[in-house]
Amino acid sequence: MKLKTFPGGLHPPDNKQWSAHKAIELCPLPAELVIPLSQHIGVPAEACVQVGELVGKGQVIGQAKGFVSVPVHASTSGEVVAVEPRLHPSGRLLPAVVIRPDGADSWVDGLIADDPETLTPEQLREKIRAAGVVGMGGATFPTHVKLSPPAEKPIDTLILNGVECEPYLTADHRLMLEATAQVLDGVAILRRVLGVSKVIIGIEANKPDAIAALTQACQGTSIEVVALEVKYPQGAEKQLILALTGREVPSGGLPMDIGVVVQNVGTAAAVADAVRRGQPLIERIATVTGPAVAEPKNLRVRIGTSLSHMVEFCGGLKGDPAKIIMGGPMMGATQLSLDIPATRGTSGVLLFGAGEVALIPEGPCLRCGRCVRVCPAHILPTTINAYARLDMLDEAESVGALDCIECGCCTYTCPAAIALVQAIRQAKGGILAKRRKV
Amino acid sequence: MEKLYLSSSPHIHSGETTDKVMRAVIYSLLPACAVSIYFFGLAALLVLLYCTLGCVATEALCQKAMGKPLSLGDGSAALTGILLALNLPPASPWWMALLGSVVAIAIAKQVYGGLGYNPFNPALVARVVLLISFPVQMTTWSAPSPWGAAVDGVSAATPLGEYKTAVMLTGKIPAELQANLGGYFVGNMSGCLGEVSALALLLGAAYLFWKKIITWHVPVSFVGTTVVLSGLFWLVDPSRYPNPLFHLFTGGLILGAFYMATDMVTSPVTTKGLLVFGFGCGLITVLIRLFGGYPEGVSFAILLMNAATPLIDRFTRPRKFGLVAQRG
Repeated sequence: MKLKTFPGGLHPPDNKQWSAHKAIELCPLPAELVIPLSQHIGVPAEACVQVGELVGKGQVIGQAKGFVSVPVHASTSGEVVAVEPRLHPSGRLLPAVVIRPDGADSWVDGLIADDPETLTPEQLREKIRAAGVVGMGGATFPTHVKLSPPAEKPIDTLILNGVECEPYLTADHRLMLEATAQVLDGVAILRRVLGVSKVIIGIEANKPDAIAALTQACQGTSIEVVALEVKYPQGAEKQLILALTGREVPSGGLPMDIGVVVQNVGTAAAVADAVRRGQPLIERIATVTGPAVAEPKNLRVRIGTSLSHMVEFCGGLKGDPAKIIMGGPMMGATQLSLDIPATRGTSGVLLFGAGEVALIPEGPCLRCGRCVRVCPAHILPTTINAYARLDMLDEAESVGALDCIECGCCTYTCPAAIALVQAIRQAKGGILAKRRKV
Repeated sequence: MEKLYLSSSPHIHSGETTDKVMRAVIYSLLPACAVSIYFFGLAALLVLLYCTLGCVATEALCQKAMGKPLSLGDGSAALTGILLALNLPPASPWWMALLGSVVAIAIAKQVYGGLGYNPFNPALVARVVLLISFPVQMTTWSAPSPWGAAVDGVSAATPLGEYKTAVMLTGKIPAELQANLGGYFVGNMSGCLGEVSALALLLGAAYLFWKKIITWHVPVSFVGTTVVLSGLFWLVDPSRYPNPLFHLFTGGLILGAFYMATDMVTSPVTTKGLLVFGFGCGLITVLIRLFGGYPEGVSFAILLMNAATPLIDRFTRPRKFGLVAQRG
């Protein structure tokens, strides 16, 4: 049978074999945790602890500001040693709470475990918000917002994203395999919040063990587990919805416009922790991998742990890293150093040596059309690129610049090595900035 | 840490580069070059050499004159040279081959800004300039013989030329013209270097498909349109119109459809656009072959469609993802 998928996309070498078979290991606590107050899309949290204060594991250290915001919690018990700007994965200095662990790793008092069946959707949503749950696939959009569709947008389908189409990364894969029950527990809660009956779990076909585990666990339930063609960006929200439901999210719209909510498998697990155990989001699964890592692993890591500590636990560096990437190689962000904390959105740490850094000089466009054929948004990357470089923003917008999902397929496949998605990204920024000014 | 690279994603690349693409196309043309040397001997080899060296030298001189960095390494000039040679008769004089090279590279390519910026296929521009300027030399054909033993002595019309003359004089196609389709297929006929062997060209094209350098859209729509359209005329009056296989294996259709019309720079970027482009090429080819003044129309067809490429691209933009009627 032909596997479901979307039109466009491509399959880069996935390099998952380095860590796919490695069971999740607990990354030990570092000597210092740097917990950024901005770990989600939306308004950053505001510090609510003082230097010198003793905090318990799971205690709120940053309060949410506004609806599209979530609180931030202490990842372990210990002393607050600084509240100051620190280097953030975005490359900027942003406010963070620095905690020196006391070693006891004891939970703060007052966390309430609940039976989800006894709570109303509103109460569940509040618990999820209070636990600081955000989209764990990397977008870090506050989950409670996604779970609050307006009344005029009825939701009929919940999609669980277990695709993990980024090369190298295996964190979601291991989570589905090792915490199957917890993920499904989260699904049950999400379902209750949204009041939907139809649930589809989408997984790329290169994870047959995870597909088998979830299929077996879902037997006798109405949850559908669907294997998807191995193709990047199969895990992109709109492409995933199209593959699984045949519905297309309107240009400029949201999944809720067509009755769908998508949640990552890691988010589902975090939701289960938040409700069933009352535990806030203070740790996540992250893959530490790449040619410059001695022993690639999947780690359960506390938020705020430095990348260098994680790499050390994976046997340290293998040669000099030439590129530090947080996330996958297609959409991840390069980092200024390893002294950067893992956040709620850190799905992986990828270290490249000098040999893996692609340094091909840009050439003239051959008009070969490869970028057009792979573009999952069905826009013309080479045309937008041309407009973007001439700073013709209106024209760039008219040919679909804002519909770009920034997956990077165009740049990956361009034989002239033109930085297509980078130019489009810049044009998008310019267009949006202009809109704000008007 | 010695040196850390910071860059915007993506951080990996397919490894497919312009020079690899150009090199692959050159490799794919080697069988056709070999067959032309087999049938026309030293004459064919010399035309290939003159054109390739002429194009590479012209590219270097132009870039030097304009103070631009040399880019011979990308292989595009050498490729243009080979394609030009394949579009010339084996008995082409050396000066004509060199003049063609200068036209192809200096006028049809570098003047527009070099690789990627030329609106027309450089080799075809050169061929047509030569065809119009030197009609005698461009239509002096050698009969094929093993290793070109008899090249200097015998001259013979191309099958398409013979057909056109016969129909003009008698209104009928001589029966023997269409009897030797198998011979045409392997290349045993007179014509340009690259017009002779459909077999060798298809071998090379298979390599290009396998390497994913070209897609099926242009060759299929170009050849398909030519076959269907010429087939319709043949069905109506087989005594006057040659059968579609004759069209397929004689003249420059295979070379044009698989190597010239698939030139990325001068064809549309959209998938739908490629189909329209191929259809247009086929239509014009058949019209010229059956009703035009020239026996062969592939070059003109492709150049005319080159001119239409920006327009085709504009009107065949894909439907953006999510451009649907809102639900409810």
